[in-house]
Amino acid sequence: MKMLITCTVNGEERTQLVDTRDTLLELLRDRLGLTGAKEGCGNGNCGTCTVLVDGAAVCSCLMLAREAPGHDILTIEGLANGEVLHAIQQAIVETGGTQCGFCTPGIVLSAKALLDANALPTDAQIRHAIAGNLCRCTGYGKIVEAIHSAAATLGGR
Amino acid sequence: MRDFVYERPQTMAQAVTLLRGGDARVLAGGTDLIAQMREGRRSVGCLVDVKAIGELTGIVMLPQGGVAIGAAASAAAVSRSAPIAANYPAVAQSARLIGGVQVQNRASLGGNICNAAPSADGVPALVCHAAAAIIAGPAGTRQVPLEDVFVGPGKTTIEPSELLVSIVLPPPPARSAVAYLRFTPRREMDIAIAGAGTYIRLDQQGVIAEARVALASVGPTPMRAPSAEQRLVGERPTPALLKEVGRCAAHEARPISDTRGSADYRRSLVAVLTMRALGDCCGQLGIDLEASST
Repeated sequence: MKMLITCTVNGEERTQLVDTRDTLLELLRDRLGLTGAKEGCGNGNCGTCTVLVDGAAVCSCLMLAREAPGHDILTIEGLANGEVLHAIQQAIVETGGTQCGFCTPGIVLSAKALLDANALPTDAQIRHAIAGNLCRCTGYGKIVEAIHSAAATLGGR
Repeated sequence: MRDFVYERPQTMAQAVTLLRGGDARVLAGGTDLIAQMREGRRSVGCLVDVKAIGELTGIVMLPQGGVAIGAAASAAAVSRSAPIAANYPAVAQSARLIGGVQVQNRASLGGNICNAAPSADGVPALVCHAAAAIIAGPAGTRQVPLEDVFVGPGKTTIEPSELLVSIVLPPPPARSAVAYLRFTPRREMDIAIAGAGTYIRLDQQGVIAEARVALASVGPTPMRAPSAEQRLVGERPTPALLKEVGRCAAHEARPISDTRGSADYRRSLVAVLTMRALGDCCGQLGIDLEASST
């Protein structure tokens, strides 16, 4: 069954025809063309589909598009300010905290949710926050370093 | 996935009416249900999203003492709740064991119960706190001890026409403590090979007056270990007693062997986890076990 829904995506109100069966991830990727969030496992284990819903990291593959109305959704496409990268993105670039890049959008958004709630997280808190994001290249060291560095940059402002 | 109807009722009465249709299923966080539907393991004609109903999402201190945790309240909301953290710390800690952050932001304790996985990390601490399940249906609302909800893997006594409304925890008695420990090969994002929750209440002389031991992942349902509980009552906690009680719990466990661990391994884990969880309870109560060993 198809119907129109309205929700906020990256600060813009979007009205879109969706199928009842669409996940939030399918709404974002297939109907709105926002392909930053990826489908990895499709069952909540890998975190590559992570987006922020009202500031909280969720697996968009496990949420229905029909649940989106009334919520504010942030995807990786909405994070940079034009050509200026967000501090977390910039830190990932500078530390080389990305290898194949498949997990990166999810990791950056998990890190944003963490830093919004906890400006100066410990190593253990960072590792807990990204435990739901699998990097199969296993480059966690530089990712954690990047999040520390972004925390310092954001805190210094 | 088969097409279905999505409903978002605003009241309990509307939700109960929608569930009468039969082919309906309650949607809370969806972290189990949506994955099951997408993988073709479950066919649903109508999804009843209960997150607009206040009774199902709130965490409310009760006037007579205790707390009602809405069945659809997220694990993150439970672990962040000040009254839960203050009075039921083992429940808050258990909520932080369910999946990663993304799952905890959506998954609910009610869903953890209704999905009825023997390994549900949310359950043992609730059973240790003598939790009751509040269940609404066409005939009205009923209340049952939480442990009586479980029948087998994925099976509960909650009828298809009913829904779990909340989990009610009585006020924790004076001189009591609860702890839950699990074993996973990975520190996070893993399913417990075995888990043990323990509760003890001391009398004014420091003798154990009441005890509960709840085990996870070592039977078809979350289970109590009555012989372990009986062995505790009337005794003062000592390292030797805790070790013996661990062995009682291991004897009561009914584990299977599967890819995550053999039955023998699970029994050994139950003995150690039960002993350590009881040690954790003693620590919370300020008991120096080393001093008591003489």
